[in-house]
Order: sequence, then C-alpha cells, then structure tokens
Amino acid sequence: MSKFKKLIPGWGILPVVVFLAIWEIVARLNLVPGQFSFPPFSAVVMEFYHLTANGVLGENFLSSLTRVIIGFCAGSIAGIAMGIIMGWREGINKTLHPIISLFYPIPAIGWLPLLMLWIGINEMLPITIIFICSFFPVLYNTVTGIRSVNKDYIHAARTLGASDARILATVVMPLALPNIFTGLRLEAGMAWRVIVAAEMVAIPTGIGALLIQAESLIRIDIIIVCLIVLAVMCFAFDKFFGYLEDKMTAKWR
Amino acid sequence: MPSITLKDVSKYVCQAVDLEIFDKELLVLLGPNGAGKTTLVNIIAGLTDYSGSVFFDGTPVDKLPANRRGVGYLFQDLALFPHLDVAANIAYGLMSRQQHRERVDARVNELLQMMKIEHLSSRYPKNLSGGEKQRVALARALALSPKVLLLDEPLSSLDVQTAKYLRTELRQIQRNLGVTTVYVTHDLEEAEEMADRIAVLQNGHLEQVSRPEEVFFYPKNEKVSDFIGAPNILDCDYCRSLGKGVMEVGCGDLPIIVPHDGNSVHRIALFPHDIYISEAKPPGPEVNRFRGTIVDIAPVDDAVRIKLKVGETCLLAEMPHHIFEDMDLVVGKEVFLILKLRRIRVYENKGL
Repeated sequence: MSKFKKLIPGWGILPVVVFLAIWEIVARLNLVPGQFSFPPFSAVVMEFYHLTANGVLGENFLSSLTRVIIGFCAGSIAGIAMGIIMGWREGINKTLHPIISLFYPIPAIGWLPLLMLWIGINEMLPITIIFICSFFPVLYNTVTGIRSVNKDYIHAARTLGASDARILATVVMPLALPNIFTGLRLEAGMAWRVIVAAEMVAIPTGIGALLIQAESLIRIDIIIVCLIVLAVMCFAFDKFFGYLEDKMTAKWR
Repeated sequence: MPSITLKDVSKYVCQAVDLEIFDKELLVLLGPNGAGKTTLVNIIAGLTDYSGSVFFDGTPVDKLPANRRGVGYLFQDLALFPHLDVAANIAYGLMSRQQHRERVDARVNELLQMMKIEHLSSRYPKNLSGGEKQRVALARALALSPKVLLLDEPLSSLDVQTAKYLRTELRQIQRNLGVTTVYVTHDLEEAEEMADRIAVLQNGHLEQVSRPEEVFFYPKNEKVSDFIGAPNILDCDYCRSLGKGVMEVGCGDLPIIVPHDGNSVHRIALFPHDIYISEAKPPGPEVNRFRGTIVDIAPVDDAVRIKLKVGETCLLAEMPHHIFEDMDLVVGKEVFLILKLRRIRVYENKGL
C-alpha cells in the first residue's frame, strides 16, 4: 500500500472524494430516514458560500480562533515554563506533583460552571477554559520529557564545563522537545473540542454558538458547515505542530 | 607529586579507598562488574558526592563542582548529544567556556584532524558507526585539553577488531598528549595492553596496585589471582637457552620448555585451561609432558578445576564440564598432562 501511495500522489484524497459522492447521491435520492431532510454535499457547499459571503461564518470563526490561540498559547507557555521548573528541580516536582495529579484528570469543560460564576460571561471565560485545557497536559508532558533525559548527557555536559543553566538550555530542553510536542499536538485538537462545548453552553458568539443557533432553526446544512470547519481546524493545528516538530527534531531523531 | 590522589574516599561499595595516580601515567582500574570502578571515576570527576578527599596536583578539589574540575570524561555509552552534529558535539565544551567562534572552529578542526574524522563533521550521532562515535566522543573529551582523562569502559560496545585497533590508537594519543588517564575495564587482556599500572578493584576495595606483569606474576592475594584466572605460577631454579626462540627452565623438579628468546627467566605462568589432561599416553615428542596424580576436583561455573600433583609440584588444570563428563577422572587417579608450549608466559625480572 505504501508503495502504491508513493506512485500516485494525493492518493489519500480519493477516499474523501468517493465519500462526498456517496453523500451527494444518498441525500439526493432521499435515502436517509428521519423527520428532517439530510442536505446533499452541494447544498452544504452553497450554504458555506452564503455564510462566508454575509460574514456570519467568518465572524464566528474568528472569535473562536482568537480564543483558542490566546488560551492555547498562554496555557502552553505557562505549562512549558512550569514543566521545566518541575522537571529540573526534584524538590519542586515532589511538592507540586500530588496537587497537579488531582487537577489533571478534571475535564476542562467541568470547570465551566465554576468559572461562569467567578469570571462571568465574557471573553475571559472561554480563554480561561482553553488555558486550563492546555496547561495541565502540556505541563505533564514537559515534566516527563525533561525527567526522561538520560542522566549521562547531563553528566557529559557538566564535565565539559557547562553551568546548570547552559545544560538546561542546550541539552535538556532540546532533548525534551519530542515529549513537549506530543503534549502540544494533543492539546491543539482538544482546545477546539473544548471551545465548541463552552460556546454551545455559555457564550453567544463563536462556532459553538452558531451550531446551537442552527439547531434551534433546524438548519442541518449550517450545522454540517460548522462541523466541517471544526474538522479542518483540528486537522490543520495537528499538522502545524507536526510540521514544527519535524523541523526541530527530525534531523537528529 | 602524583597528579591525582584519593585519600580515604568512600561512596556506595567503595570504602576508605586510597589511591595515587602519577603524572602522565595511564592507570587501569580493573575489576568485575559492581566492584565500584565507575563510582571511583565519578568521584574523581566530581559527578557524585562522597566522603574523603581528592587532590589534583596536591590541591584538594572536593569543593569544585564537576564543571570546574577540568577533567575529560569518556562515558561507557559515550553520551554524544543526539541533537548536535559532530562538530557541535566537539565544540560543546569550548562554547561553555565562551571562547571566540574562530578559536572554537580552529580547535574543532584540529581535533577532527587528530581523530581522522574531518569527513564526519556535519553528521549526527545516529548516523555514525560505533568506532566513529568513539572517536567523536574522545575528541569532545579532549577539546578542553584536560589534565586528567577518565575513560569508563569506552570500548566495551565495539566489535573485537575495532576495539583492538582503537586501543592502540588511544594509547598513542594518551602518550603524545601526556594526559594523566584512568581507564576502567573488566578485561585483563585490555588492561595489560593499555596500562602503565593496574589497580585491581574488588568489592570497592583496592587489592593490588602495580605494573601489569607484577599483577600477573605476583598477584598479591587469592582474590587477585582468582580474578585474573588463577594462573599456575612457578619459580624457575635454572634456565638454559635451546636456541630457535625456546628455553628450558627448571621449576622444582619439572623441566619445562618455554617460548622465550632473551635474558634469564625467573617465573613462568600458565592458565589452568592451558593444561591438557588425558587418560592415555598422548602421542608426540616428550616436550612439556608429565604424569601426575589428581588430588582434588572442584567445579567452577561451567568448568571443572582439577588439582594435580606432578612430582613435588602442584598444578591446577581446567576443562569444560562436558569433556570432564566424558572422562573417568577421580581423585587419586594417575593421568597424563601437556603444558601448552605457546601459552606459557615468562617473567624476566627477578623479584619485585
């Protein structure tokens, strides 16, 4: 199969095209049972065009994207920074680990009711949720990455005259990168899932809010447009971090 | 003044170790796994805490952290930084000293040339062979021109041929640079080939520190003798050259022919597994062939050791278990034995 893939570029596109064709046919022949009509792919594309042209999709998409980017960047940076401190200093790790272990398993969306009361319904609410959603897993993966660096590398750097700060910056951090990227990739997708949930429940703008509005208007085509946008965004974020990771580590791994 | 002195140093298995390593010498730390060899080397490097004192050129360095002791350390698994290419690995120590880029580049080039690895400079460790990694790691350890070089079983992961070749080269480089070196190994042959002196370490205790041939011909106690393979060591009463590179020596009542072309021989040594035992009289000329009586049979690991009395002399022979099973050897039985000529080692100097 892999040989086949090399022979025909873009082979991965074909199943998607077949899937869309089947969707179109099934919808046009009205083969889907149920109360509400199932729109064909072409109708969804048309709706995508309308929503884009009148700016509704762009506006909602941008507010979701802004929230994800701000929350995700802040959460990741904080997670990496704290992860480095915890991974590098055994004492701090021992002290904080039990607390982190308690917070880590709480689903990010579970914080929503509490944050609604504390923060109120405003832009800080989704950003804070995304922050929490990104912070813990990135922290966890960073600590793991730093602690799993072979002690011999650290010893070697030390005998070569390097200070602790230099060892951290030039040996430990680069070697922990693969683990850190695992955390980032995981959370980039998760951030989109969480933002939609938060917007569906609590916030009047964004893709999640558009989804809920479409539901109340029984606009299945709009719902599908939103779902496709979400799928593409999760995919794009994952690919972006995959590319970044490759750029930074593929040479030596 | 010795270059490195350990006084009453203790950590883990190593207890109250005293050791002096002379300027420019290569001292081999020889011992089985778990003897504390790596611990001692880590103590010298300052990579572990310890009690006792370490002196470099008479100055205590116990307060100095590893990054300021100025030792070159070649780790057992080499520990080349996987995310840096060869040139950057070698430059790492120089960059830590914040030297100028041009000076760093010049020194890296010099080391690449010395180790004959110029063509590898932009490769990453994952794309190097075992021997190449070895050279890079050594170049990196030597980059800061350390006064002390520590090598922890550096050749253990290489195939026999490459290891042998690199051993010679390593010795040459060490001599040329005149760097005081501690070389860790569990292999007696490697130790003898490399060492100015050998320090035999067992259970964290230094059993003997002396020149290689002295360790071999004059093992200080049974532990040392056992570790190097319990060789039969015989004093020679007389010796007489037979020409053609062989000599006859008299050890007690045994006339033994040895491969030697030089001065008089004072001691000979032969490993137990180099004594051949048979029940029937073996064919061939009567050279190094004797009759002896079995006085003791004792199993060791996968072999059997047989103590023989040959005239007034006691000899220890060894054979694999399966061969012993096929023979009918019991205490008190008289057997024939052959001392394998080419395996006999001789010691010229008289006494210690």
